[in-house]
Amino acid sequence: MAIEHSKVELTKADFASDQMVKWCPGCGDHSILASVLNVFPKIGYKKENFCVISGIGCSSRFPYYVNTYGFHSIHGRAAAIATGVKIANPKLSVWINSGDGDATAIGGNHFIHVVRRNMDVNYILFNNRIYGLTKGQYSPTTKQGQITKTSPFGVIDYPFNPGELVIGARGTFFARAIDTQSKQLQDVCMHMAAHDGAAVVEVLQNCVIFNDGTHKEVTDKEVRDDRQLWLEHGKPMIFGKNRDKGIVLRGTKLEVVTIGENGITEKDILVHDETTENTGIHMMLAQMRPPEFPMAFGVIRAYKQPTYNQLFEKQMQEAQENAKIKCVDDLLNSGETWEVK
Amino acid sequence: MTARDVIKKDDVVIKFVGDSGDGMQLTGTLFSDTSALDGNDIATFPDYPAEIRAPHNTIAGVSGFQVHIGKQIYSSGDKADVLVAMNPASLKANLKWAKIGGIIIVDADTFEEAAIEKAGYTSNPLEDDSLSNYKLIKAPITSFTIETVKDIFTDRKAALKCRNMFALGMIFFIFGKGLEHTDAYLEKKFAKKPEVIKANKEVVRAGYNFCENTDVMESQMQVETAQMPKGKYRNITGNIATAWGLLAAAEKAGLPLFLGSYPITPATDILVELAKHKSLGARVFQAEDEIAGICSAIGASFAGAMACTSTSGPGLSLKSEAIGLAVMAELPLVIVDVQRGGPSTGLPTKTEQSDLNQALFGRNGEAPCIVLAASSSANCFDWAFEAGRLALETMTPVILLSDGYLGNGSQLFRIPKMADLPKINPPFATPNDENYAPYNRDPETLVRQWAIPGMDGLRHRIGGLEKLSGKGSVSTDNANHQTMVNFRKEKVERVANRIPNQQVEGDENAELLVVGWGGTQGALRCAVQEMQAEGKSIAFTHFNYIMPLPKNTGDILKRHKKIVVCELNMGQFVNYLRMNFEGLTFHQYNKVQGLPFEVSELKEEFNKILGE
Repeated sequence: MAIEHSKVELTKADFASDQMVKWCPGCGDHSILASVLNVFPKIGYKKENFCVISGIGCSSRFPYYVNTYGFHSIHGRAAAIATGVKIANPKLSVWINSGDGDATAIGGNHFIHVVRRNMDVNYILFNNRIYGLTKGQYSPTTKQGQITKTSPFGVIDYPFNPGELVIGARGTFFARAIDTQSKQLQDVCMHMAAHDGAAVVEVLQNCVIFNDGTHKEVTDKEVRDDRQLWLEHGKPMIFGKNRDKGIVLRGTKLEVVTIGENGITEKDILVHDETTENTGIHMMLAQMRPPEFPMAFGVIRAYKQPTYNQLFEKQMQEAQENAKIKCVDDLLNSGETWEVK
Repeated sequence: MTARDVIKKDDVVIKFVGDSGDGMQLTGTLFSDTSALDGNDIATFPDYPAEIRAPHNTIAGVSGFQVHIGKQIYSSGDKADVLVAMNPASLKANLKWAKIGGIIIVDADTFEEAAIEKAGYTSNPLEDDSLSNYKLIKAPITSFTIETVKDIFTDRKAALKCRNMFALGMIFFIFGKGLEHTDAYLEKKFAKKPEVIKANKEVVRAGYNFCENTDVMESQMQVETAQMPKGKYRNITGNIATAWGLLAAAEKAGLPLFLGSYPITPATDILVELAKHKSLGARVFQAEDEIAGICSAIGASFAGAMACTSTSGPGLSLKSEAIGLAVMAELPLVIVDVQRGGPSTGLPTKTEQSDLNQALFGRNGEAPCIVLAASSSANCFDWAFEAGRLALETMTPVILLSDGYLGNGSQLFRIPKMADLPKINPPFATPNDENYAPYNRDPETLVRQWAIPGMDGLRHRIGGLEKLSGKGSVSTDNANHQTMVNFRKEKVERVANRIPNQQVEGDENAELLVVGWGGTQGALRCAVQEMQAEGKSIAFTHFNYIMPLPKNTGDILKRHKKIVVCELNMGQFVNYLRMNFEGLTFHQYNKVQGLPFEVSELKEEFNKILGE
C-alpha cells in the first residue's frame, strides 16, 4: 500500500508542464498551481506516482499544467474517477481538483460519498463562488442576494458551506486556505498529503473576471489579521493584528473575546484539537464567519480512521489467504458439476 | 401401488407458479438441477413480479419459474406441459401458458371463496367446466403438508413454508426423478436447522407418495436425455456466466478485474457474484449511483485494471456521458447492459431488446463503441470474455448486451479450460520509451498504447477535450478534430478484421433467411430447425457481433430471396441493417410484451412470409 518514494530529490521543475497556462491574468488558480508545484516535490513520492484528476471548470484545467499522470474528465465526476483510480491502484497518490460548481452542484453526490467512505484521496476545492468557465452564473456557494447572470434579481438559494458538507458527511480531514497566501496553502497541502483518507481543502479563490473580491472581507490586507484565525493543533485559537483576540466556548456556543479584558487570559482561550472524533467544535469552527467571527483557516479537522482503501486491501488479503478458489479454473469447477463421457 | 405406463418424451416444459414467497424459484431450480444431473439438457426462466411481496393471493403477486428439459434444448420453451399452481391467482395468471391437454396441478386447499374472488374468478375454476381441456389434478397440498409435519412444526406458518416441497415431490414422481439432489441441498442449506431439513424431506416424500399411492397419475413420463458433447458440465445463469467471463478475461490479460456498479434489476446478480471473488483479485466497488459506477471504472481503467460496469437500460442512459469520455480517452472498458422492458422504469423484471439503439447511438458527438450481444445464458461467459478481450486489445469501450431472459435464465454450461481460451494482449507502452505519446497509433489497428500511472517515463494527460493526434495535448484545430473523429470511427470498424465471419445455419441459398441477434437465439433456432425438418426452404443467421458487423454480412443477406429480422423491440436491428445494406428488402417480426418469443408464433410468421 505504501507509495514508492523517489530515489532522487525532486524539484518544482520536475512537475512543470510544457503547456501554456490559459487562466485569466490575476486568477487565483495561478497561485494555487504555484503552491502545488512547490508541494509535490516536497512530498517525496516518485513523480510517476502522482495522479491528478479533475472534472470540468476553470480549475479543472489543472492537470494539464502539472507534469504528472493526469485525467481531465467530465463535469462533477472527478471524485468518482479518482475513486476508481485509487481502488485499482492504491500505490498512487491521487489528487482531485474541483471547483465549487463541479464539486457541490453537479458532483455533489460523488463529493459527499468520497468523503463518507474516507477514500484515500486529496481533494483541492477551488471555491470562487461562481461559474467562471460559463461566464458568471451563481453556484451553490454564491452568497444569497448576489446579482449574477442567472440571478438578475439576486440569488435566493441558501449557499453550501463546503466545510459543513465535509464534516456532516463524516469527513476525516477538512482544511481551509487562501489562494494568494501561499506559505499557509503549502503547509495545508503537506498536511493533507500526510493524512490517510479523504482530505479536503477549501481554497478561497478569487475570480477576477466574474466574482472579483468575493472573499475580500477576509482576504484584504487591511482586515485579514482580524478576520483570519489560523488554527494550529494544540495551540490556543488566538488571532488579530495585536494577537489579543481569541475564541472561547460559552455554553454551547463559540464566542470572540479580547485577552486582557474582563479578566480573560490566554488560558481561557480554546485550544485547537484537530484530531478529536467529535465533530461539534470542528463544525462550529467551519461555520464561523465575519463580521461576528473571524473565519477559521488551516486544518480544522484531521481525525485518524482507517481508510476505505486500507479496509479494502485487508479484505482482499484475507480473502486471498483463506481462498479455496484461487484461479478461474477453480471457480468454473466449483460447486455442482458432472462429467459427460 | 400399481405399475404405471411410462410415456417417453423428447422434451417437456414445466412451470411452477405461486405467490411470491411460495418458493417457486427454489422449487424450479431444484427440479432443473436434478434433471441436469440426470442427463437432460435444460433451460430455465424465472418470471417474477417487481414487487418483493405483493399482496397475498393477488395476480400482482404471482411468481413463476419455467423449466424446459429434454434431449436438445435451445430455449425455456413455449407452453407448459405441466403447470403447477399453488393458489387461484397463479392459476388465473398462467392458464394461458398451459398447453391444451396438459397437466395442471393445483393446491386444491387454497381454492377458498375469498382467494378465488381475490384472483378475479367469478366461480371456482376447479368446479366449473373451465378446465375441462386439461388434465386437472386437485391435490390437497396445504392440508397434507400440515399433516406431514405436525410432529415437527406446531406453528402453521412454519409448516406452510414446506408446501412447495410437496409440489416438487409430485413432479419428481411424475418424471421418475430421484430425491438425492434435493436431500443434499436441504442438508447443506439448513445445516443449522435440523428440524427444517427433516420437515422438508418428509414433505417432498409425501408429495412423491401422494402421486405414487393414489390414482391421480395413471402414467409417468420419461424425458429423453441429451446427447451432449463430452466434457464437464454445470448449470449456470446468464448473469453468473457474465461475471465469470469477465473474471476469465482479466485472468487471461494478467490484470486485476475492477467492477464499479450500482444495483439495478435485472443486472444486480453480476455485482453480487463478483463481490464474492476477492480471492481472485476482483476489485468490486458498489458506487453511489450509476454514473459513479462507470466513472470509477474509467478511473480504474486509466490506472491499469480491466474495468467493467454492469447495468440495465435506465442505468445505461445515466452512463451515456461517461461512455463518451471513455470513447474520447480511448480507454478499455466493458459496459454490460442486461436489458429489460423500457422506456423509463418500464418492466424491470421482464425481458426486451430495446436498448440496441441506445448502445449503438446513445451518446453526444461521434462516439462509436464496439457492441456485442450474448445469445444464450451459457454463452454469456464467452461474450463477456470477448468483450474484455476486444476492450483491452483495442483500447475501446465495449457494450455487451444481455437481457433479463438470458441473465436470469439458466442453461447447461460446458466448463471450459482456461488454458484453451485465447491469451489477451493489451497494448502496453514500454516504460521510458522516449517516443511515447498518448495518441500515437498502431498503423494497422489504429489502437493507441496504454501507459499506466506509476510506469516510469510515460507521464501524460488525457481527458474529454479533443486531443492533438499523436501528442495528445488539447487541440481545437478543425482539421485535427476531423482526423481524430475518423480515427475513432475507423478503429472500431477495423475490429471487423479480427472477428470471425458470420455463419448461416441451413441452406445458404434458402428462400427465407431468419435473422436474429442477442437473447432470442434459442427460440429462433428451434423454429427454423422444426421448419427445416418439415422441408421448408429456410435458413438462420444470428448476430453476436453488432458493431462492427462481421465482414461477410452483406454477402449472406444478398443470397436470400426473403429476409425476416426478428427482435423483441420495434425494429432497431432491422433498421440498423437497412442503414448498412441499402437496396435489400427486410421483413420484420417484433414483439414488446416483456416476454421471449414463442416457437409457435415464429413458425406461424415464417410460414406466412414463405407463402407470400
